[in-house]
Amino acid sequence: METKHILMLLGVVILTVVPLIMYAGHGEDDGYFGGADDAAEEAITQLDPNYEPWFKPIWEPPSGEIESLLFALQAAIGAIIIGYFIGYNKAKRELVSQQ
Amino acid sequence: MHIMEGFLPPMWCVFWYVLSGIVVVYGIVQLNKIMKENPEYKPLIALAGAFMFVLSSLKMPSVTGSCSHPCGNGLGAVLFGPAVTAVLGAIVLLFQALLLAHGGITTLGANDFSMGIMGPFAGWLVWKALKGKINSTWAIMLAAIFADWVTYVTTSIQLALAYPIPDFSSAFAKFATIFAATQIPLAIAEGLLTAFLWDYIKMLRPDILLKLGVIDESEVPNVSVSPSGGE
Repeated sequence: METKHILMLLGVVILTVVPLIMYAGHGEDDGYFGGADDAAEEAITQLDPNYEPWFKPIWEPPSGEIESLLFALQAAIGAIIIGYFIGYNKAKRELVSQQ
Repeated sequence: MHIMEGFLPPMWCVFWYVLSGIVVVYGIVQLNKIMKENPEYKPLIALAGAFMFVLSSLKMPSVTGSCSHPCGNGLGAVLFGPAVTAVLGAIVLLFQALLLAHGGITTLGANDFSMGIMGPFAGWLVWKALKGKINSTWAIMLAAIFADWVTYVTTSIQLALAYPIPDFSSAFAKFATIFAATQIPLAIAEGLLTAFLWDYIKMLRPDILLKLGVIDESEVPNVSVSPSGGE
């Protein structure tokens, strides 16, 4: 990994940590770190209080735990594919350059 | 950027389904063509899809105090264009709609229009404008930033069109404050991650990138050591 790449990852970490420091002590109960999707839903109900959603999700994760299970699964599936691509090609390259 | 299930009036549901449907069908035709003519691109298509899968599951905090997720749609757009990315986006969104109750079946057309089509299209335009002028790593970083950000701007437009109360522009301002403002730092994070992965692809498979025509030889001086053969 080059310095450039370390700085890139460091940038991502900083962008994630700064909001956590800015709003340290706040939480979901006082309106922080909720999802933007939920905020939009709230805005819609404010703009049009009579609007009734005409369709319900076919299935909803029964709890936050199950939801994080499925989110972790989603990330894991993606990460396996990315890791496989990088690992496979790296090993192949090294084999080729050895010959 | 998910519009929640049932929150888009039926007329708009149909409208966005038709628009996205056309692009997705075209994307499937293109994908089939790639599979037949250039099967060596397959791993890279999988990689672009996997990147969207990972990034759209990461809900990150933003300086606005709420959380949202990057999209990962810039990489696919640069490599294979917006239509193929629309197909990948539809797969990701379907997974989230069915298993996570994020977004929904009725809003799938609208959500794919923003994340799979408009965002990637914006990223692709940025890429085309910068290609050859600056190093591809920086070009893809900017492409990814714009692809992510335009995704959320599009969602704001879609919601403002469906709820122009009291009028379109003030509704747009309201939704853009929620989505687009939250997304500015997250788009930069996505740009950094995309550029990071891009450098790995460039190092490991410069042959495919050259064949796709996304980079030229000046960026990969030692392409001769690239691996060859089937996958």
